[in-house]
Amino acid sequence: MTFLHGKSTVVVTQSMALLPVRLKLIVILLLVCQLLCSTIAFGSVLDKDEEEFSEELLLKPLPDRKVLAHFHFESRAPPSISFGRHHHLFPKAISQLVKKFRVKEMELSFTQGRWRYEQWGGFDPISSNNAKPPGVELWAVFDVPQSQVDASWKNLTHALSGLFCASINFLESSTTYSAPEWAFRPDSGNLRYGTLPREAVCTENLTPWLKLLPCRDKAGLSALMDRPSIYRGFYHSQRLHLTATGSSSQEVDSGTVLEQTLTVVLQPISWRTGKSYVDKANSQPSWSISSIFGRKVNGKCVLAKSSNVYLQFEKGLVGELKNLHKENADSETNKLASKDFLSYPSFELSVNPDKVFEEVDNLHSKSTSVLYEFSVEKYNDSHPLDLGLTWKIPVVWSCQQAPLHASRFLMGSGNERGAIAIYLKPTELSEGLKKSNIVDKSCELRVNVFQVVPWYIKVYYHTLQVFVNQQSRAVADVMEKIHVSPSKDKISPGVMEMILKLPCGLESAALNLEFDKGFLHIDEYPPDANQGFDIPAAIISYPDFHASMRFSEDGSLDKSPMFSKFQEKSLVLSYTEILLVPLTTPDFSMPYNVITITCTVFALYFGSLLNVLRKRVDEEERFLKSNAGRKTGRLSTLVSKLSAKLRGKPREPQPSTTASSSSVSFKLIFKVLLVAGIAICWQYYFG
Amino acid sequence: MESKKEENRKKTSSFWVWAIASVIFRLILIYFPKNLNLSSRPEVSTPLTSLRRLAEGYWLKQSSMSPYAGSMYHGSPLLLSLLGPLTVKRMEGQPNHLLCSLLFVLADVVSAVLIRATGRKLQTAYSRSLKLLQLDSLSKSSENLSSGDVAALVYLWNPFTIVACVGLSTSPIENLAIILSLYGACTRLPSLAAFGWVVATHLSLYPAILIIPLIFLLGYGPDAPPRKLFVQRRNGKDGDNPSSGSSCLQEELFNQSKPPLTFSWKPVVQFLFWASVWSVYVLALCSLSVKQKGGLREMFKSTFGFILTVEDLSPNMGVLWYFFAEVFDFFRNFFSIVFHMNILFMIFPLAIRLNHRPCFLAFVYITISSLLKSYPSVGDSALYLGLLGLFVFELADMQFSFFLFCGYIGVSLLSPVMHNLWIWRGTGNANFYYATAMAFACFQIVLVVESASAMLNHDRKLRKLSVAKP
Repeated sequence: MTFLHGKSTVVVTQSMALLPVRLKLIVILLLVCQLLCSTIAFGSVLDKDEEEFSEELLLKPLPDRKVLAHFHFESRAPPSISFGRHHHLFPKAISQLVKKFRVKEMELSFTQGRWRYEQWGGFDPISSNNAKPPGVELWAVFDVPQSQVDASWKNLTHALSGLFCASINFLESSTTYSAPEWAFRPDSGNLRYGTLPREAVCTENLTPWLKLLPCRDKAGLSALMDRPSIYRGFYHSQRLHLTATGSSSQEVDSGTVLEQTLTVVLQPISWRTGKSYVDKANSQPSWSISSIFGRKVNGKCVLAKSSNVYLQFEKGLVGELKNLHKENADSETNKLASKDFLSYPSFELSVNPDKVFEEVDNLHSKSTSVLYEFSVEKYNDSHPLDLGLTWKIPVVWSCQQAPLHASRFLMGSGNERGAIAIYLKPTELSEGLKKSNIVDKSCELRVNVFQVVPWYIKVYYHTLQVFVNQQSRAVADVMEKIHVSPSKDKISPGVMEMILKLPCGLESAALNLEFDKGFLHIDEYPPDANQGFDIPAAIISYPDFHASMRFSEDGSLDKSPMFSKFQEKSLVLSYTEILLVPLTTPDFSMPYNVITITCTVFALYFGSLLNVLRKRVDEEERFLKSNAGRKTGRLSTLVSKLSAKLRGKPREPQPSTTASSSSVSFKLIFKVLLVAGIAICWQYYFG
Repeated sequence: MESKKEENRKKTSSFWVWAIASVIFRLILIYFPKNLNLSSRPEVSTPLTSLRRLAEGYWLKQSSMSPYAGSMYHGSPLLLSLLGPLTVKRMEGQPNHLLCSLLFVLADVVSAVLIRATGRKLQTAYSRSLKLLQLDSLSKSSENLSSGDVAALVYLWNPFTIVACVGLSTSPIENLAIILSLYGACTRLPSLAAFGWVVATHLSLYPAILIIPLIFLLGYGPDAPPRKLFVQRRNGKDGDNPSSGSSCLQEELFNQSKPPLTFSWKPVVQFLFWASVWSVYVLALCSLSVKQKGGLREMFKSTFGFILTVEDLSPNMGVLWYFFAEVFDFFRNFFSIVFHMNILFMIFPLAIRLNHRPCFLAFVYITISSLLKSYPSVGDSALYLGLLGLFVFELADMQFSFFLFCGYIGVSLLSPVMHNLWIWRGTGNANFYYATAMAFACFQIVLVVESASAMLNHDRKLRKLSVAKP
C-alpha cells in the first residue's frame, strides 16, 4: 500500500513541474489529503491485525559436556473479522488448517534420539515441554461436537501428512490413536492422541517446518540450522504447537498462536585455546555458535519483532561456580550480585551480554540460574554474532530432576506372552522432599501414568501388580484413580490412565502388567516383520509438581514469548522408553500352500465320510441294480428322444447303458446351469 | 445268579476305585509346583475357554465396564458370574484358582458318572432289542463288558481330559452340559435334555446341532439295530405259523417293550417346549447381567460372532487359524461360510443313515464339530473320546484303531515340541506347528470315518444274522 502511494507521489511531483501554479496548489492539496488518508488507513491496519513474529535461541551447557540449543519461533495472528484474510507473516497453511478442522490446540513433534532425563534435566520447562518420545507425536483438541472429533482428527492427520512430508496419515487408523480422558492433560474433552514411534525424522520434515517461518532459513536465527550439524546431534526434536485464542463470537475468526521450537542437543567439538586441562573427563568443552552450528548469526530476520540469543547457566552450575569462586577468593564478600558473576575467572564469554537476569526462585535454594541476553539487532553480515563460551577450570554439576526417574522394560521370553514393567526410582529431588516433609507423616507423591498399548499386545489388566520397596502391595492401596479402556482387536488400542499414590520415602516402585502377544494376519505385518513392533512411550507425570522459570530484572523478559512460555506452570512429565516387542510371524512365502492343503483336508473329510455313508456292499449293490433295471428312467428316454430330434436323426433304440450315460450328462448340464445361475445371482447382488 | 451279582459288585467297586484314583491324580497335578504351566498351552486354553481371559472379563465387569469391552473375554456372562468370583479368591499357601480347579474336577466327575449312567441305559436297551431279534449270543458277549464303566473311565483317565481339567480351561463345564443333555434324553427327561442342550449351545454354539440326535433319542429311544430288522422280524412272525410257543412269547415281548418302530411325538414336543423355556430363561439371565453395558446384541456379537468369524488368529489345534492368517482378505467371508457349512452339510446325510442310533449320531456330530470348530481344544477331543467308549461293543471291529491310537499319542507329543520350536526358540516356523494340527485333523477324520463305517458294518452284520436266523 505504502509502496504504491510512494510511486504515485513520485509521478505527481514529476508532473508538477509542468503545471501552472494554481493547479500545483490543488494537486498539493489533493496529495496531502491522499497521504493523510493513506497513513490513517495504514495505521488502522496495524492496529487491527498485529501479526507478530519473534525468534529466540536459548543456549545452555549441559552437565555431560554437551550443549542444548533451543530455538523458539512464535507467530501470532490475532482474532480478525474478515474471512479468507491475507496474512502478512502468519503461515497461511496453518491458519487454513485451524479454520477448517476447528483445532483448538494442537501439538506435533518430530523427534530423533532420546532425551536423557538424568543428565539433561527433568524439572525445567524445556524438558517438560520439549522432551518428546522418538518418532512423531501428535495430539489435538478440537472445537467440534463429540461425534465429529474422530472425523476431524482423520482429516487433520492427512493434512499434516501432506504438509510435513511424513507418514502422519497412519495415525488415521483407529488402532493408532486414542482418546485419553484425564491422565495426558487435565482437561481433555475432545482430545485425540497418537504416536508413530517408528517414524524416521530427517531433513525432509525440517524443510516444510522451516517454510512456515517468514524468513525460512535464509535470515535470522533459523539461518543457523545447518542440516549436517543439527542431525549430527544426540537429540533433535522439532515441535509445532498451535493454540487458537479467543473465538467467543461467531463472526470473529479465532486468533492463532503458532509456536515452533527446535531443540537440539549437540556435542561441541572442543577447540582448546589457552590452558590444557588436567582433568580431561570433567573439563567442559569450550564452544561457540560457529563451532557447534558451523555458522554465525548474521543479523535478525527483518520481519521479526524481536530476535534474541540467550545463554542460560543452570542452578546447579551457578551454585558450583559460586563455590569454586568462594574457594578461590575467600576475601570477597559473600554478597554476589549477578553482575559480579560475570567477572568470575572460571569462564569467559566472547561477547558481552546486553542484559543479565537472575531467576526468581520460589524454592528457597541457595543458588538460582542466570541468564544472559544478547540482542541480535546489533549484528549484521559484516559483524556477525558468534557467542563463545570458554571454560577456564573444570566444573561438574548436575541437573534438576523430576521427583522420580521412570523406566519401562519388557519381561519374559518367547513370543507367546510377556509383561510390561514400569520402574520408578527416586531422584535427589524426592530425597529432598522426604527430608522436608519428614514432619508430617502423610506425605504422598502422586504419579500419573498414561500408557497406550497397541491391540496386538493383549494386556491382562487384572494382572496389574504394584511393588513398593520391592514388596507387593494391594493395588487398591496405591491406586488413587484408574481408568482403563481395553484394546479391541483391529479396532482400538488399549489405554491405561492411572494416578498412583506413593509414599515419599520410597526406595523403588514398580508396576507390572502381563500380556499375550497377538497373532496378526499376513497383510498386517510391516515389510520388516521380524524387527518387531513398537509400544509407544508411556507418560509419567507428577500432578503436584509444576515446572516454571521466572526471571526478573525489569520485566523486559515478559515480552519474550519464550520466557512467557517458561513462566507458565507446566506439568512435570517424562516419557519412558519405547518398547520393541518381537511378534511371531507366520510363513509369508506360502499362503497358497496353506490354502490348498487346508482345503484338501476338508475335501478328504467330506469325501470320505460321504463315501462311507453311501457305500453299498455286495448284496445291497445287487439289489439296487435289479431295482434300477426294472424302472428305466422315463426322463432319460425323453432326453434321448429330444436329442435325436435336435440332431435330426431317427432315434436309435438305445441300450440301457447309453441311456444312463445320457441321464448323467443331463444331470451334469443341470448342475452346470445351477452353478451358473447361482454365480450370476451372486454377481448381480453382491458384485 | 449270586455269582453274577458278586461280579457286578466287584465291577462297581473297582470302577469307583479307579474314579477316585483319577480324582486324586488330578489333585496332585493341581498342587504340583507352578512350572507345569498347562493353562497357557494353546492346546488347552483357547480364547473361548481360557480362565485367564475370564478373570480379565470379570475384572472389567467389576470395574463397571462391559466384560466384552476389550477383545479378551468371549464366553458367556453366566459363566462369568459363576466362575468370576472364584478367580479372585486367593488363599494363602494354596495354588492360584484353587476353587476353580476343584469345580472343574467336580464337573469331570459328574460328567463321568453321567456317562456311566448313560452307558448302562444304552446297554440295557440295546441288549433288550438284541433279544427281540433273537441275537442272544451277541447280547451275551456285550454284557460281559459294561460300556458305561469303560466310557466313564476312559473319560476320567484320558490325558486330554486331565490336562483340560488341570489346565484351567472351562471346557469341563461345556462338556458337562453336553453330557447332561445326552443323559437327559437317554433317560427320557425332556426338561433335563433341553436344559443341557440350551446351556451347551449358549456356552459354545456348536452343540446346537445336537438337537437332531436329541430329538431322535427322545422320539425313538436309545440306540437300537435298524428298524427295518424289527419290521422284517414282525412280518416274518406274521407269515410264520403262529402256533409256536416261542413266537407267542416273542410277540408279548414285542408288545411289552415297544420296539423303536414308531416315533413318539410327546417327549419331543415336551423337549421343544422346555428348550424354548430354558432358552428364554438363559437369555433373560444374560440380559440381566449385561443390561447396563451393551446388552444382548453385544454379547452375541462377541461370543457367537467371535466363534463364527474366527477373529483370533492365535495358534490352536484346529485347521482354521493358519488358514485365516494367510488367506487373502477378500476371500475371508467366503471361506468362513464354507468351513462352517461343512459342518452343516454333513448333518442330514448322517441323520438319515444313523437315525436308529441317535447316541452314536451325537458322538459323530460332536467329533465333527470338534474337528472343524474355529477354536478347538483338547477338552473337545476328550469329550468325544469318552463317548467313543460307549460304543466299545459295536465298534469292536473298527479298522485302524491301533494306528489311530499311535497317531493321537504322536500328535500330542509332537505338537508341544513344534510349538516350542516356533514360539519359544524361534528355530522352527509356523508350518511345523501347523503340520501337527493338520495331522491331528487327519487322524480325527480317520476316526470319524472309520467309526461310522464300523457302525454301519455292525448293522450289516446284524441284518445278516437276523436274516440267517429266521
